[in-house]
Amino acid sequence: MSERLSVRKTYKLYIGGAFPRSESGRSYAVTGAKGEFLANASKASRKDVRDAVTAARKAFPGWSAATAYNRGQILYRIAEMLEGRRAQFVSEVAEADGVSGKKAGELVDAAVDRLVWYAGWSDKISSLRGSSNPVAGPYFNLSTPEPTGVVGIVAPPMGPLFGLVSVIAPVIVTGNTCVVIASERAPLPSITLAEVLATSDLPGGVVNILTGSAAEMAPWLAGHMDVNGIDLTGADAELAQRCEELAAENLKRVLRPNGKTDWTADPGTGRMTAFLETKTVWHPIGI
Amino acid sequence: MSIPTASSNASLRASLHGLPGVDRVGADARAAGLGTRSIKTTAKRQAIDMAISMVDLTTLEGADTRGKVRAMCAKAVHPDPTDPTVPKVAAVCVYPDLVAEARDVVGSSGVKVASVATAFPSGRSSLEVKVADTAMAVAAGADEIDMVIDRGAFLSGDYLKVFEEIQAVKEACGEAHLKVILETGELATYDNVRRASWLAMMAGGDFIKTSTGKVQPAATLPVTLVMLEAVRDFRDREGRMVGVKPAGGIRTTKDAIKMLVLVNETAGPDWLDPDWFRLGASSVLNDLLMQRQKLTTGRYAGPDYFTLD
Repeated sequence: MSERLSVRKTYKLYIGGAFPRSESGRSYAVTGAKGEFLANASKASRKDVRDAVTAARKAFPGWSAATAYNRGQILYRIAEMLEGRRAQFVSEVAEADGVSGKKAGELVDAAVDRLVWYAGWSDKISSLRGSSNPVAGPYFNLSTPEPTGVVGIVAPPMGPLFGLVSVIAPVIVTGNTCVVIASERAPLPSITLAEVLATSDLPGGVVNILTGSAAEMAPWLAGHMDVNGIDLTGADAELAQRCEELAAENLKRVLRPNGKTDWTADPGTGRMTAFLETKTVWHPIGI
Repeated sequence: MSIPTASSNASLRASLHGLPGVDRVGADARAAGLGTRSIKTTAKRQAIDMAISMVDLTTLEGADTRGKVRAMCAKAVHPDPTDPTVPKVAAVCVYPDLVAEARDVVGSSGVKVASVATAFPSGRSSLEVKVADTAMAVAAGADEIDMVIDRGAFLSGDYLKVFEEIQAVKEACGEAHLKVILETGELATYDNVRRASWLAMMAGGDFIKTSTGKVQPAATLPVTLVMLEAVRDFRDREGRMVGVKPAGGIRTTKDAIKMLVLVNETAGPDWLDPDWFRLGASSVLNDLLMQRQKLTTGRYAGPDYFTLD
């Protein structure tokens, strides 16, 4: 019997629930921690950013109107799917980060646990951030958190899976949709995560993942007038400052953490509340 | 071909069926090929401004109110209030009872007021009613009348009825320009589109328009191509220039620019003028404005900063 042809995976982008190549046709070589060649990844362009924002905007009305319970279920489903592909992620994380199989296994487990943790928040965050306010008049006065809209995310360069999940989950669990610029150094687990998302009942367009140069794409995302918030966790100081300036034009909400984030620490609710707005309703009583 | 002494169905039939047939596959391929042209930077900027100046900003809903028409007309005069360099659109297009309202807002800005008439969109009424409908719109101040042809009569071969209706409506228009809507989505074949185009031009139409916007498919590229060929050939043969207006289904800047490429390559640059080519649309204007803003500011624009309509 002749030798089998090797069947290698083509790493593409994830936009609007589909896996297109970059419109620019570009790709770049991804290497492992020891400098060995792993695969070619798509190098997305500003037009892919634009298309991803369009897809995210289109998905926003449906996703933000879904019940918190439903969103929580879907996040939990993502965790289930991720667990089912554990072995694949362990080997990808080990190759990308150059860590041992045991350490990589811990990182994948942590990513699954992080998803489950955020899934639980879906129907609790409004109790935490909402309130009934005492007012001097015959009114019920209620404040509830509402999702901001389309959020751009520059994912952290380190932690290609755990870090990525830790920035995506808090944004989408509250009803936002997002465009993620994956780690430029280690983009492969992000596209495998996209395969998980695509089979988790998550509506297409809620999460869009682009691989390529953050320095090239992030300013377009930060300047885009139809993006409502931006998470600059993965941007270096210079890029983050530039993006923050661009984001000021339409008053985007900006999350720019100080220093290095320890993903293993208790994440708190900060990443969720950064992309929430407050809606207050006055309802007359006693009539 | 003898024009315009169309005295009988037989003579009309002879001339219309004497037209060469349309190569359907060829027309589709030609339109698709022209649709792949890449128009960028300064050329794109020019194309966007040209497309804006050719838009017939349209609202033809049962739910149209005076307020909605006033708002649309204000937008027609100043499409982007934050940027005075944006050209005004060619015309607004409304139902006959709202012509006076539109006239009042556009005033002497140079934006024309077009009105649909003749029992739009089906055209199912008597000639008297159609003529009265037209006269009412003209009396209210319409500069242009968009009439629909009787597709039932056309498809059953009663070309004379269609011809005479167009002539009668043209007479009722007086000074106003007449656009003849063929409703290509109901004509079934490209051959019929070519015949209907010639019939409308022979009967005296100043413009031929693809669709009402109420029937799908509407203004596809191949159908527009066939109509542009018809006006080109008609000018060669008869010496009279007739305009073309694709309407319905043109939603993005890319769609609009494809249309302009088609005009330039088919009928020729003489038609690249709001007097001879119009885009019947509503939502395309916001996309054109957003793309224009992208070229001006260098950042992608968002719909939050443009009108809802």
